Amino acid sequence: MKSVLPVLTIVAFILGFWTLAVVPMNIHLAADQAARGDIVVEPADARARQEVGAFALALGNPAVIPMTYTLDRPRLPGPQQVVVELWNTIFAVAPTSNRSLIYHGWVTLSATLLGFGMGTALGIALAVGIVFSRTMDLSVMPWAIASQTIPILALAPMIIVVMGAIGIQGLLPKAIISAYLSFFPVVVGMVKGLRSPDTMQLDLLRTYSAGPAQGFWKLRLPASVPYLFASLKIGISASLVGAIVGELPTGARAGFGARMLVGDQYGQPLVTWAALFAAAITAAALVGLFALLERVTLKRMGMAA
Amino acid sequence: MMAAAAVMVIWGTGWFLNLMLARRGAAGAGWLAPVIFGLTILLIWEVYVRMAGVSPIILPPPSDIAVTFSQSLQVLWADFEQTILKGALTGYVIGALAAFGVAVLADRSDFLMRGILPVGGFMAALPIVGTAPIFVKWLGSDWPSKAAVVGVMVFFPILVNTVAGLRDTTAMQRDLMRTYGAGYWPTLIKLRIPAALPFVFNGLKIATTLALIGAIVAEFFGSPTVGMGFRISTSVGQLALDLVWAEIVVAALAGSVFYGGMAGIEKVLTFWHPSQRR
Repeated sequence: MKSVLPVLTIVAFILGFWTLAVVPMNIHLAADQAARGDIVVEPADARARQEVGAFALALGNPAVIPMTYTLDRPRLPGPQQVVVELWNTIFAVAPTSNRSLIYHGWVTLSATLLGFGMGTALGIALAVGIVFSRTMDLSVMPWAIASQTIPILALAPMIIVVMGAIGIQGLLPKAIISAYLSFFPVVVGMVKGLRSPDTMQLDLLRTYSAGPAQGFWKLRLPASVPYLFASLKIGISASLVGAIVGELPTGARAGFGARMLVGDQYGQPLVTWAALFAAAITAAALVGLFALLERVTLKRMGMAA
Repeated sequence: MMAAAAVMVIWGTGWFLNLMLARRGAAGAGWLAPVIFGLTILLIWEVYVRMAGVSPIILPPPSDIAVTFSQSLQVLWADFEQTILKGALTGYVIGALAAFGVAVLADRSDFLMRGILPVGGFMAALPIVGTAPIFVKWLGSDWPSKAAVVGVMVFFPILVNTVAGLRDTTAMQRDLMRTYGAGYWPTLIKLRIPAALPFVFNGLKIATTLALIGAIVAEFFGSPTVGMGFRISTSVGQLALDLVWAEIVVAALAGSVFYGGMAGIEKVLTFWHPSQRR
Protein backbone atom coordinates (compact mmCIF):
# COMPACT_ATOMS: atom_id res chain seq x y z
CA MET A 1 0.00 0.00 0.00
CA LYS A 2 2.96 2.32 0.46
CA SER A 3 3.28 2.64 -3.30
CA VAL A 4 -0.11 4.36 -3.67
CA LEU A 5 1.30 7.84 -3.25
CA PRO A 6 4.22 7.35 -5.70
CA VAL A 7 1.85 5.85 -8.29
CA LEU A 8 -0.56 8.75 -7.89
CA THR A 9 2.36 11.17 -8.28
CA ILE A 10 3.45 9.56 -11.54
CA VAL A 11 -0.11 9.51 -12.88
CA ALA A 12 -0.60 13.16 -11.88
CA PHE A 13 2.66 14.03 -13.63
CA ILE A 14 1.56 12.31 -16.84
CA LEU A 15 -1.85 14.01 -16.74
CA GLY A 16 -0.22 17.38 -16.07
CA PHE A 17 2.19 16.95 -18.98
CA TRP A 18 -0.70 15.95 -21.23
CA THR A 19 -2.78 18.97 -20.16
CA LEU A 20 0.12 21.34 -20.84
CA ALA A 21 0.91 19.73 -24.19
CA VAL A 22 -2.62 20.44 -25.41
CA VAL A 23 -1.84 24.17 -25.78
CA PRO A 24 1.12 24.00 -28.21
CA MET A 25 -0.42 21.07 -30.10
CA ASN A 26 -3.72 22.84 -30.78
CA ILE A 27 -2.80 26.52 -30.77
CA HIS A 28 -2.64 26.87 -34.55
CA LEU A 29 -6.07 25.26 -35.00
CA ALA A 30 -7.53 27.36 -32.19
CA ALA A 31 -6.04 30.56 -33.63
CA ASP A 32 -7.53 29.81 -37.04
CA GLN A 33 -10.91 29.20 -35.47
CA ALA A 34 -10.65 32.37 -33.40
CA ALA A 35 -9.73 34.41 -36.48
CA ARG A 36 -12.80 33.09 -38.29
CA GLY A 37 -14.81 34.38 -35.34
CA ASP A 38 -14.46 37.99 -34.28
CA ILE A 39 -11.42 37.65 -32.05
CA VAL A 40 -8.32 39.55 -33.07
CA VAL A 41 -5.37 37.20 -33.45
CA GLU A 42 -1.76 38.22 -33.75
CA PRO A 43 -0.52 37.79 -36.56
CA ALA A 44 -3.81 38.26 -38.37
CA ASP A 45 -2.79 36.66 -41.67
CA ALA A 46 -3.44 32.90 -41.73
CA ARG A 47 -0.32 32.13 -43.73
CA ALA A 48 1.87 34.23 -41.45
CA ARG A 49 0.50 32.27 -38.49
CA GLN A 50 1.77 29.02 -39.94
CA GLU A 51 5.27 30.47 -39.85
CA VAL A 52 5.09 31.28 -36.14
CA GLY A 53 6.11 28.59 -33.65
CA ALA A 54 3.49 27.08 -31.36
CA PHE A 55 4.89 28.57 -28.14
CA ALA A 56 5.33 32.05 -29.63
CA LEU A 57 1.78 31.95 -30.95
CA ALA A 58 0.44 30.90 -27.55
CA LEU A 59 2.38 33.66 -25.76
CA GLY A 60 1.24 36.24 -28.30
CA ASN A 61 -2.44 35.29 -27.93
CA PRO A 62 -3.14 34.31 -24.32
CA ALA A 63 -6.87 34.81 -24.94
CA VAL A 64 -6.88 31.89 -27.41
CA ILE A 65 -5.34 29.41 -24.96
CA PRO A 66 -8.64 28.33 -23.34
CA MET A 67 -10.01 27.56 -26.80
CA THR A 68 -7.32 24.90 -27.33
CA TYR A 69 -9.18 22.71 -24.85
CA THR A 70 -12.59 22.92 -26.48
CA LEU A 71 -11.90 22.30 -30.19
CA ASP A 72 -14.22 19.85 -31.97
CA ARG A 73 -11.39 18.26 -33.93
CA PRO A 74 -8.23 18.84 -31.91
CA ARG A 75 -4.84 17.40 -32.80
CA LEU A 76 -4.50 16.46 -29.15
CA PRO A 77 -7.73 16.46 -27.14
CA GLY A 78 -7.60 17.60 -23.54
CA PRO A 79 -8.00 14.90 -20.87
CA GLN A 80 -11.40 16.31 -19.91
CA GLN A 81 -12.60 16.00 -23.54
CA VAL A 82 -11.64 12.32 -23.62
CA VAL A 83 -13.39 11.71 -20.30
CA VAL A 84 -16.55 13.44 -21.54
CA GLU A 85 -16.47 11.47 -24.79
CA LEU A 86 -15.99 8.23 -22.85
CA TRP A 87 -18.88 9.14 -20.55
CA ASN A 88 -21.12 10.03 -23.50
CA THR A 89 -20.41 6.83 -25.41
CA ILE A 90 -20.48 4.46 -22.43
CA PHE A 91 -23.20 5.71 -20.12
CA ALA A 92 -25.22 8.30 -22.04
CA VAL A 93 -26.28 6.07 -24.97
CA ALA A 94 -28.12 2.76 -25.02
CA PRO A 95 -25.72 -0.23 -24.99
CA THR A 96 -27.25 -1.51 -28.23
CA SER A 97 -26.61 1.71 -30.12
CA ASN A 98 -23.97 1.91 -32.83
CA ARG A 99 -22.35 4.79 -30.95
CA SER A 100 -22.02 2.91 -27.69
CA LEU A 101 -18.55 1.80 -26.70
CA ILE A 102 -20.14 -0.99 -24.67
CA TYR A 103 -21.52 -2.44 -27.90
CA HIS A 104 -18.19 -2.11 -29.68
CA GLY A 105 -16.34 -3.33 -26.64
CA TRP A 106 -18.47 -6.45 -26.46
CA VAL A 107 -17.77 -7.22 -30.14
CA THR A 108 -14.03 -7.05 -29.50
CA LEU A 109 -14.20 -8.70 -26.10
CA SER A 110 -16.21 -11.71 -27.30
CA ALA A 111 -13.62 -12.41 -30.02
CA THR A 112 -10.84 -11.90 -27.47
CA LEU A 113 -12.31 -14.30 -24.93
CA LEU A 114 -13.22 -16.97 -27.47
CA GLY A 115 -9.74 -16.83 -28.97
CA PHE A 116 -8.06 -16.70 -25.57
CA GLY A 117 -10.02 -19.80 -24.47
CA MET A 118 -9.07 -21.72 -27.60
CA GLY A 119 -5.43 -20.63 -27.45
CA THR A 120 -5.07 -21.47 -23.77
CA ALA A 121 -6.71 -24.90 -24.09
CA LEU A 122 -4.54 -25.81 -27.08
CA GLY A 123 -1.45 -24.39 -25.41
CA ILE A 124 -1.95 -26.44 -22.24
CA ALA A 125 -2.62 -29.58 -24.29
CA LEU A 126 0.55 -29.08 -26.33
CA ALA A 127 2.59 -28.36 -23.21
CA VAL A 128 1.41 -31.62 -21.61
CA GLY A 129 2.36 -33.45 -24.80
CA ILE A 130 5.79 -31.84 -24.83
CA VAL A 131 6.47 -32.72 -21.21
CA PHE A 132 5.46 -36.35 -21.63
CA SER A 133 6.87 -37.08 -25.09
CA ARG A 134 10.54 -36.56 -25.72
CA THR A 135 9.90 -36.68 -29.47
CA MET A 136 7.47 -33.76 -29.27
CA ASP A 137 9.84 -31.89 -27.02
CA LEU A 138 12.69 -32.28 -29.48
CA SER A 139 10.71 -31.42 -32.60
CA VAL A 140 8.06 -28.87 -31.51
CA MET A 141 9.57 -26.94 -28.61
CA PRO A 142 12.28 -25.11 -30.62
CA TRP A 143 9.58 -23.87 -32.98
CA ALA A 144 7.40 -22.70 -30.09
CA ILE A 145 10.32 -20.67 -28.72
CA ALA A 146 11.40 -19.36 -32.13
CA SER A 147 7.84 -18.26 -32.89
CA GLN A 148 8.07 -15.76 -30.02
CA THR A 149 10.58 -13.76 -32.04
CA ILE A 150 8.31 -13.55 -35.09
CA PRO A 151 5.83 -10.71 -35.56
CA ILE A 152 2.87 -13.05 -35.89
CA LEU A 153 0.44 -10.14 -35.96
CA ALA A 154 1.52 -9.48 -39.55
CA LEU A 155 -0.54 -12.54 -40.49
CA ALA A 156 -3.78 -10.93 -39.28
CA PRO A 157 -5.00 -9.37 -42.55
CA MET A 158 -4.37 -12.59 -44.44
CA ILE A 159 -6.22 -14.76 -41.94
CA ILE A 160 -9.24 -12.46 -42.07
CA VAL A 161 -9.38 -12.36 -45.87
CA VAL A 162 -8.64 -16.05 -46.43
CA MET A 163 -11.27 -17.12 -43.94
CA GLY A 164 -13.70 -14.68 -45.52
CA ALA A 165 -12.98 -16.30 -48.90
CA ILE A 166 -13.99 -19.73 -47.62
CA GLY A 167 -17.12 -18.28 -46.07
CA ILE A 168 -16.15 -17.81 -42.42
CA GLN A 169 -16.79 -14.31 -41.20
CA GLY A 170 -17.46 -12.30 -38.10
CA LEU A 171 -16.26 -13.55 -34.76
CA LEU A 172 -14.20 -16.60 -35.67
CA PRO A 173 -11.38 -15.13 -37.81
CA LYS A 174 -10.62 -12.53 -35.14
CA ALA A 175 -10.79 -15.20 -32.45
CA ILE A 176 -8.28 -17.30 -34.38
CA ILE A 177 -5.80 -14.42 -34.43
CA SER A 178 -6.35 -13.99 -30.69
CA ALA A 179 -5.90 -17.70 -30.12
CA TYR A 180 -2.69 -17.69 -32.12
CA LEU A 181 -1.25 -14.84 -30.07
CA SER A 182 -2.14 -16.34 -26.67
CA PHE A 183 -1.10 -19.87 -27.69
CA PHE A 184 2.70 -19.58 -27.59
CA PRO A 185 3.10 -17.77 -24.26
CA VAL A 186 0.91 -20.46 -22.67
CA VAL A 187 2.91 -23.31 -24.25
CA VAL A 188 6.26 -21.90 -23.16
CA GLY A 189 5.05 -20.99 -19.66
CA MET A 190 3.27 -24.30 -19.07
CA VAL A 191 6.23 -26.38 -20.21
CA LYS A 192 8.40 -24.45 -17.78
CA GLY A 193 5.80 -24.92 -15.03
CA LEU A 194 5.18 -28.63 -15.59
CA ARG A 195 8.93 -29.16 -15.42
CA SER A 196 9.40 -27.02 -12.31
CA PRO A 197 9.21 -29.87 -9.72
CA ASP A 198 12.78 -30.81 -8.85
CA THR A 199 14.35 -34.25 -8.79
CA MET A 200 13.82 -34.62 -5.07
CA GLN A 201 10.06 -34.18 -5.38
CA LEU A 202 9.83 -36.50 -8.39
CA ASP A 203 11.87 -39.12 -6.52
CA LEU A 204 9.60 -38.84 -3.52
CA LEU A 205 6.60 -39.64 -5.70
CA ARG A 206 8.51 -42.59 -7.14
CA THR A 207 9.11 -43.95 -3.65
CA TYR A 208 5.33 -43.76 -3.18
CA SER A 209 5.20 -45.85 -6.40
CA ALA A 210 3.04 -43.20 -8.08
CA GLY A 211 2.55 -43.62 -11.83
CA PRO A 212 3.05 -40.87 -14.43
CA ALA A 213 -0.66 -39.94 -14.30
CA GLN A 214 -0.63 -39.52 -10.54
CA GLY A 215 2.61 -37.59 -10.78
CA PHE A 216 0.93 -35.27 -13.28
CA TRP A 217 -2.25 -34.60 -11.29
CA LYS A 218 -0.72 -34.44 -7.84
CA LEU A 219 2.63 -32.79 -8.48
CA ARG A 220 3.28 -31.37 -11.92
CA LEU A 221 -0.09 -29.69 -12.52
CA PRO A 222 -0.28 -27.95 -9.13
CA ALA A 223 3.36 -26.88 -9.46
CA SER A 224 2.65 -25.30 -12.85
CA VAL A 225 -0.17 -23.02 -11.64
CA PRO A 226 1.99 -19.93 -10.89
CA TYR A 227 3.61 -20.24 -14.32
CA LEU A 228 0.19 -20.68 -15.92
CA PHE A 229 -1.10 -17.45 -14.41
CA ALA A 230 1.99 -15.52 -15.51
CA SER A 231 1.34 -16.78 -19.06
CA LEU A 232 -2.39 -16.08 -18.88
CA LYS A 233 -1.75 -12.44 -18.00
CA ILE A 234 0.53 -12.05 -21.03
CA GLY A 235 -1.84 -14.06 -23.22
CA ILE A 236 -5.01 -12.11 -22.44
CA SER A 237 -3.48 -8.75 -23.31
CA ALA A 238 -1.95 -10.24 -26.47
CA SER A 239 -5.39 -11.66 -27.35
CA LEU A 240 -7.01 -8.24 -27.03
CA VAL A 241 -4.37 -6.66 -29.27
CA GLY A 242 -4.95 -9.49 -31.76
CA ALA A 243 -8.71 -8.94 -31.84
CA ILE A 244 -8.27 -5.17 -32.29
CA VAL A 245 -5.73 -5.55 -35.09
CA GLY A 246 -7.96 -8.19 -36.67
CA GLU A 247 -10.62 -5.51 -37.08
CA LEU A 248 -8.36 -3.13 -38.98
CA PRO A 249 -7.70 -4.55 -42.44
CA THR A 250 -11.21 -5.52 -43.48
CA GLY A 251 -12.99 -2.35 -42.51
CA ALA A 252 -15.03 -4.10 -39.83
CA ARG A 253 -18.05 -2.08 -38.76
CA ALA A 254 -17.97 -2.91 -35.07
CA GLY A 255 -15.33 -3.23 -32.39
CA PHE A 256 -12.62 -1.04 -30.85
CA GLY A 257 -10.42 -1.37 -33.92
CA ALA A 258 -13.30 -0.30 -36.16
CA ARG A 259 -13.93 2.77 -33.96
CA MET A 260 -10.26 3.74 -34.18
CA LEU A 261 -10.40 3.47 -37.97
CA VAL A 262 -13.67 5.42 -38.19
CA GLY A 263 -12.29 8.21 -36.04
CA ASP A 264 -9.13 8.24 -38.15
CA GLN A 265 -10.82 8.27 -41.55
CA TYR A 266 -13.66 10.68 -40.78
CA GLY A 267 -11.45 13.16 -38.91
CA GLN A 268 -13.04 12.63 -35.49
CA PRO A 269 -10.04 12.35 -33.19
CA LEU A 270 -12.24 12.15 -30.10
CA VAL A 271 -13.73 8.87 -31.36
CA THR A 272 -10.23 7.43 -31.85
CA TRP A 273 -9.06 8.59 -28.43
CA ALA A 274 -12.16 7.28 -26.67
CA ALA A 275 -11.80 3.89 -28.37
CA LEU A 276 -8.12 3.80 -27.45
CA PHE A 277 -8.82 4.52 -23.80
CA ALA A 278 -11.74 2.10 -23.70
CA ALA A 279 -9.43 -0.60 -25.09
CA ALA A 280 -6.80 0.29 -22.48
CA ILE A 281 -9.39 0.10 -19.69
CA THR A 282 -10.59 -3.27 -21.00
CA ALA A 283 -7.04 -4.61 -21.12
CA ALA A 284 -6.36 -3.34 -17.61
CA ALA A 285 -9.58 -4.91 -16.32
CA LEU A 286 -8.77 -8.28 -17.92
CA VAL A 287 -5.20 -8.36 -16.60
CA GLY A 288 -6.45 -7.20 -13.20
CA LEU A 289 -9.07 -9.95 -13.18
CA PHE A 290 -6.43 -12.60 -13.80
CA ALA A 291 -4.12 -11.07 -11.20
CA LEU A 292 -6.99 -11.33 -8.70
CA LEU A 293 -7.74 -14.93 -9.71
CA GLU A 294 -4.05 -15.67 -9.37
CA ARG A 295 -3.89 -14.28 -5.87
CA VAL A 296 -7.03 -16.11 -4.71
CA THR A 297 -6.00 -19.41 -6.29
CA LEU A 298 -2.43 -19.35 -5.02
CA LYS A 299 -3.64 -18.45 -1.56
CA ARG A 300 -6.06 -21.39 -1.50
CA MET A 301 -3.30 -23.67 -2.76
CA GLY A 302 -0.97 -22.42 -0.04
CA MET A 303 1.48 -20.94 -2.54
CA ALA A 304 0.87 -17.24 -1.91
CA ALA A 305 4.04 -15.23 -2.09
CA MET B 1 -8.44 -39.28 -50.63
CA MET B 2 -5.06 -39.56 -52.33
CA ALA B 3 -4.02 -36.25 -50.81
CA ALA B 4 -5.00 -37.35 -47.31
CA ALA B 5 -3.14 -40.66 -47.75
CA ALA B 6 0.01 -38.85 -48.96
CA VAL B 7 -0.16 -36.51 -45.98
CA MET B 8 -0.44 -39.47 -43.61
CA VAL B 9 2.57 -41.17 -45.20
CA ILE B 10 4.76 -38.06 -45.00
CA TRP B 11 3.69 -37.34 -41.42
CA GLY B 12 4.35 -40.93 -40.42
CA THR B 13 7.82 -40.91 -41.98
CA GLY B 14 8.81 -37.62 -40.38
CA TRP B 15 7.48 -38.65 -37.00
CA PHE B 16 9.16 -42.04 -37.20
CA LEU B 17 12.52 -40.39 -37.96
CA ASN B 18 12.15 -38.10 -34.96
CA LEU B 19 11.02 -40.97 -32.77
CA MET B 20 14.20 -42.84 -33.66
CA LEU B 21 16.28 -39.73 -32.99
CA ALA B 22 14.70 -39.25 -29.58
CA ARG B 23 15.13 -42.95 -28.67
CA ARG B 24 18.74 -43.06 -29.67
CA GLY B 25 19.53 -39.81 -27.95
CA ALA B 26 21.87 -39.09 -30.84
CA ALA B 27 24.26 -36.16 -30.53
CA GLY B 28 22.69 -34.07 -33.31
CA ALA B 29 19.08 -34.66 -32.21
CA GLY B 30 18.90 -31.19 -30.64
CA TRP B 31 18.93 -29.44 -33.99
CA LEU B 32 18.10 -32.29 -36.38
CA ALA B 33 14.69 -33.07 -34.88
CA PRO B 34 13.20 -29.56 -35.27
CA VAL B 35 14.61 -29.35 -38.80
CA ILE B 36 12.97 -32.67 -39.73
CA PHE B 37 9.72 -31.50 -38.13
CA GLY B 38 9.80 -28.22 -40.06
CA LEU B 39 10.57 -29.96 -43.35
CA THR B 40 7.75 -32.44 -42.72
CA ILE B 41 5.26 -29.61 -42.25
CA LEU B 42 6.49 -27.84 -45.40
CA LEU B 43 6.29 -31.06 -47.42
CA ILE B 44 2.77 -31.83 -46.18
CA TRP B 45 1.72 -28.28 -47.05
CA GLU B 46 3.22 -28.54 -50.55
CA VAL B 47 1.84 -32.01 -51.32
CA TYR B 48 -1.61 -31.37 -49.89
CA VAL B 49 -2.07 -28.06 -51.71
CA ARG B 50 -0.96 -29.59 -55.02
CA MET B 51 -2.87 -32.88 -54.75
CA ALA B 52 -6.09 -31.55 -53.23
CA GLY B 53 -6.09 -28.60 -55.64
CA VAL B 54 -6.37 -25.89 -52.98
CA SER B 55 -6.79 -22.53 -54.68
CA PRO B 56 -3.64 -20.35 -54.48
CA ILE B 57 -5.98 -17.54 -53.38
CA ILE B 58 -6.46 -19.43 -50.13
CA LEU B 59 -3.12 -21.10 -49.55
CA PRO B 60 -0.25 -20.96 -52.05
CA PRO B 61 2.22 -23.90 -51.91
CA PRO B 62 5.66 -23.19 -50.36
CA SER B 63 7.40 -23.63 -53.73
CA ASP B 64 5.31 -20.79 -55.20
CA ILE B 65 6.17 -18.62 -52.23
CA ALA B 66 9.87 -19.38 -52.71
CA VAL B 67 9.64 -18.47 -56.41
CA THR B 68 7.81 -15.23 -55.62
CA PHE B 69 10.39 -14.49 -52.94
CA SER B 70 13.31 -14.86 -55.32
CA GLN B 71 11.56 -12.91 -58.08
CA SER B 72 10.57 -9.92 -55.97
CA LEU B 73 13.77 -9.46 -54.02
CA GLN B 74 13.91 -5.78 -54.96
CA VAL B 75 10.41 -5.05 -53.70
CA LEU B 76 11.05 -7.04 -50.54
CA TRP B 77 14.31 -5.23 -49.89
CA ALA B 78 12.69 -1.81 -50.36
CA ASP B 79 9.91 -2.79 -47.95
CA PHE B 80 12.45 -4.18 -45.49
CA GLU B 81 14.45 -0.96 -45.63
CA GLN B 82 11.37 1.22 -45.12
CA THR B 83 9.74 -0.78 -42.32
CA ILE B 84 12.55 -2.49 -40.44
CA LEU B 85 15.63 -0.35 -40.95
CA LYS B 86 13.92 3.06 -40.89
CA GLY B 87 10.76 2.51 -38.86
CA ALA B 88 11.44 -0.29 -36.41
CA LEU B 89 15.17 0.20 -35.73
CA THR B 90 15.00 3.98 -35.32
CA GLY B 91 12.06 3.69 -32.95
CA TYR B 92 13.72 0.85 -31.07
CA VAL B 93 16.90 2.82 -30.47
CA ILE B 94 15.02 5.98 -29.44
CA GLY B 95 12.63 4.07 -27.16
CA ALA B 96 15.44 2.06 -25.56
CA LEU B 97 17.64 5.11 -24.92
CA ALA B 98 14.70 7.06 -23.50
CA ALA B 99 13.70 4.16 -21.24
CA PHE B 100 17.27 3.74 -20.06
CA GLY B 101 17.65 7.46 -19.36
CA VAL B 102 14.38 7.68 -17.44
CA ALA B 103 15.29 4.57 -15.44
CA VAL B 104 18.69 5.96 -14.40
CA LEU B 105 17.16 9.33 -13.50
CA ALA B 106 14.27 7.84 -11.55
CA ASP B 107 16.66 5.47 -9.84
CA ARG B 108 18.01 8.37 -7.71
CA SER B 109 14.68 8.62 -5.91
CA ASP B 110 13.15 5.64 -4.18
CA PHE B 111 9.81 7.45 -4.25
CA LEU B 112 9.80 7.72 -8.05
CA MET B 113 10.92 4.11 -8.43
CA ARG B 114 7.99 2.80 -6.44
CA GLY B 115 5.66 4.79 -8.68
CA ILE B 116 7.28 3.92 -11.99
CA LEU B 117 7.37 0.14 -11.55
CA PRO B 118 3.57 -0.42 -11.28
CA VAL B 119 2.65 2.32 -13.77
CA GLY B 120 5.20 1.04 -16.30
CA GLY B 121 4.10 -2.55 -15.86
CA PHE B 122 0.51 -1.46 -16.37
CA MET B 123 1.34 0.53 -19.51
CA ALA B 124 3.31 -2.40 -20.94
CA ALA B 125 0.13 -4.52 -20.89
CA LEU B 126 -1.97 -1.95 -22.78
CA PRO B 127 -2.71 -2.17 -26.51
CA ILE B 128 -0.31 0.68 -27.34
CA VAL B 129 -0.32 -0.26 -31.01
CA GLY B 130 -3.72 1.48 -31.11
CA THR B 131 -1.94 4.84 -30.88
CA ALA B 132 -0.79 4.28 -34.47
CA PRO B 133 -3.59 6.34 -36.12
CA ILE B 134 -2.80 9.27 -33.80
CA PHE B 135 0.91 9.24 -34.59
CA VAL B 136 0.21 8.88 -38.31
CA LYS B 137 -1.95 12.00 -38.09
CA TRP B 138 0.72 13.95 -36.20
CA LEU B 139 3.88 12.91 -37.99
CA GLY B 140 2.62 12.06 -41.47
CA SER B 141 2.49 8.67 -43.12
CA ASP B 142 6.21 8.16 -43.71
CA TRP B 143 8.53 6.29 -41.34
CA PRO B 144 8.80 8.85 -38.49
CA SER B 145 5.27 8.04 -37.34
CA LYS B 146 6.14 4.33 -37.30
CA ALA B 147 9.31 5.01 -35.35
CA ALA B 148 7.21 6.95 -32.82
CA VAL B 149 4.75 4.06 -32.36
CA VAL B 150 7.66 1.64 -31.99
CA GLY B 151 9.40 3.95 -29.54
CA VAL B 152 6.36 4.13 -27.27
CA MET B 153 5.75 0.37 -27.53
CA VAL B 154 9.29 -0.65 -26.57
CA PHE B 155 9.67 2.09 -23.93
CA PHE B 156 7.70 0.48 -21.11
CA PRO B 157 9.04 -3.12 -21.11
CA ILE B 158 12.62 -1.81 -21.25
CA LEU B 159 11.90 0.79 -18.56
CA VAL B 160 10.36 -1.73 -16.16
CA ASN B 161 13.17 -4.22 -16.65
CA THR B 162 15.91 -1.60 -16.28
CA VAL B 163 14.35 -0.19 -13.12
CA ALA B 164 14.07 -3.69 -11.67
CA GLY B 165 17.66 -4.44 -12.70
CA LEU B 166 19.11 -1.29 -11.14
CA ARG B 167 17.68 -2.39 -7.80
CA ASP B 168 19.25 -5.84 -8.08
CA THR B 169 22.45 -5.19 -6.15
CA THR B 170 22.87 -6.60 -2.64
CA ALA B 171 23.66 -4.47 0.41
CA MET B 172 27.00 -6.27 0.65
CA GLN B 173 28.02 -5.23 -2.87
CA ARG B 174 27.00 -1.61 -2.28
CA ASP B 175 28.86 -1.54 1.02
CA LEU B 176 31.96 -2.83 -0.68
CA MET B 177 31.78 0.04 -3.19
CA ARG B 178 31.43 2.45 -0.26
CA THR B 179 34.53 1.06 1.44
CA TYR B 180 36.37 1.77 -1.81
CA GLY B 181 35.22 5.38 -1.42
CA ALA B 182 33.18 5.19 -4.65
CA GLY B 183 30.58 7.93 -5.12
CA TYR B 184 27.27 7.71 -6.97
CA TRP B 185 28.66 7.67 -10.51
CA PRO B 186 31.45 5.10 -10.06
CA THR B 187 28.98 2.86 -8.21
CA LEU B 188 26.45 3.27 -11.01
CA ILE B 189 28.89 2.56 -13.82
CA LYS B 190 31.04 -0.11 -12.19
CA LEU B 191 28.44 -2.00 -10.16
CA ARG B 192 24.80 -1.21 -10.73
CA ILE B 193 24.60 -0.94 -14.51
CA PRO B 194 26.57 -4.18 -15.05
CA ALA B 195 24.35 -5.87 -12.44
CA ALA B 196 21.26 -4.56 -14.25
CA LEU B 197 22.38 -5.79 -17.69
CA PRO B 198 20.69 -9.24 -17.56
CA PHE B 199 17.37 -7.49 -16.80
CA VAL B 200 17.98 -4.82 -19.43
CA PHE B 201 18.62 -7.45 -22.07
CA ASN B 202 15.50 -9.31 -21.04
CA GLY B 203 13.55 -6.12 -21.81
CA LEU B 204 15.50 -5.49 -25.02
CA LYS B 205 14.76 -9.01 -26.26
CA ILE B 206 11.03 -8.73 -25.53
CA ALA B 207 11.05 -5.38 -27.31
CA THR B 208 12.52 -6.72 -30.58
CA THR B 209 9.27 -8.49 -31.48
CA LEU B 210 7.19 -5.53 -30.31
CA ALA B 211 9.23 -3.22 -32.54
CA LEU B 212 8.50 -5.26 -35.66
CA ILE B 213 4.81 -5.60 -34.77
CA GLY B 214 4.51 -1.86 -34.16
CA ALA B 215 6.23 -0.90 -37.40
CA ILE B 216 4.16 -3.30 -39.51
CA VAL B 217 0.76 -2.68 -37.91
CA ALA B 218 1.21 1.11 -37.92
CA GLU B 219 1.45 0.92 -41.71
CA PHE B 220 -2.08 -0.47 -41.84
CA PHE B 221 -3.19 3.05 -40.78
CA GLY B 222 -1.45 4.88 -43.57
CA SER B 223 1.91 4.64 -45.28
CA PRO B 224 3.76 5.68 -48.41
CA THR B 225 3.52 3.10 -51.21
CA VAL B 226 6.36 1.08 -49.78
CA GLY B 227 6.72 -0.91 -46.58
CA MET B 228 5.94 -4.38 -45.30
CA GLY B 229 2.61 -3.49 -43.70
CA PHE B 230 1.55 -1.58 -46.81
CA ARG B 231 2.55 -4.51 -49.05
CA ILE B 232 0.75 -7.03 -46.86
CA SER B 233 -2.51 -5.09 -46.74
CA THR B 234 -2.56 -4.20 -50.46
CA SER B 235 -1.47 -7.68 -51.60
CA VAL B 236 -4.19 -9.24 -49.47
CA GLY B 237 -6.63 -6.94 -51.23
CA GLN B 238 -5.31 -8.12 -54.64
CA LEU B 239 -5.37 -11.76 -53.43
CA ALA B 240 -1.64 -12.00 -54.21
CA LEU B 241 -1.11 -14.26 -51.23
CA ASP B 242 2.26 -15.57 -52.40
CA LEU B 243 3.68 -12.05 -51.99
CA VAL B 244 2.03 -11.77 -48.56
CA TRP B 245 3.69 -15.01 -47.49
CA ALA B 246 7.02 -13.78 -48.88
CA GLU B 247 6.67 -10.65 -46.70
CA ILE B 248 5.88 -12.85 -43.72
CA VAL B 249 9.05 -14.86 -44.41
CA VAL B 250 10.98 -11.58 -44.42
CA ALA B 251 9.31 -10.54 -41.15
CA ALA B 252 10.14 -13.89 -39.56
CA LEU B 253 13.77 -13.71 -40.73
CA ALA B 254 14.12 -10.12 -39.55
CA GLY B 255 12.57 -10.98 -36.19
CA SER B 256 14.87 -13.95 -35.65
CA VAL B 257 18.00 -12.04 -36.69
CA PHE B 258 17.05 -9.05 -34.53
CA TYR B 259 16.39 -11.27 -31.51
CA GLY B 260 19.46 -13.40 -32.18
CA GLY B 261 21.60 -10.27 -32.47
CA MET B 262 20.38 -9.01 -29.11
CA ALA B 263 20.97 -12.44 -27.53
CA GLY B 264 24.49 -12.41 -29.02
CA ILE B 265 25.31 -8.99 -27.56
CA GLU B 266 23.89 -10.17 -24.25
CA LYS B 267 26.19 -13.17 -24.30
CA VAL B 268 29.23 -10.94 -24.79
CA LEU B 269 28.29 -8.33 -22.20
CA THR B 270 26.91 -10.57 -19.45
CA PHE B 271 29.34 -13.48 -19.78
CA TRP B 272 29.66 -13.53 -15.98
CA HIS B 273 25.98 -14.23 -15.31
CA PRO B 274 24.98 -17.78 -14.21
CA SER B 275 22.44 -18.07 -17.06
CA GLN B 276 25.30 -17.73 -19.58
CA ARG B 277 27.49 -20.46 -18.12
CA ARG B 278 27.92 -23.58 -20.13
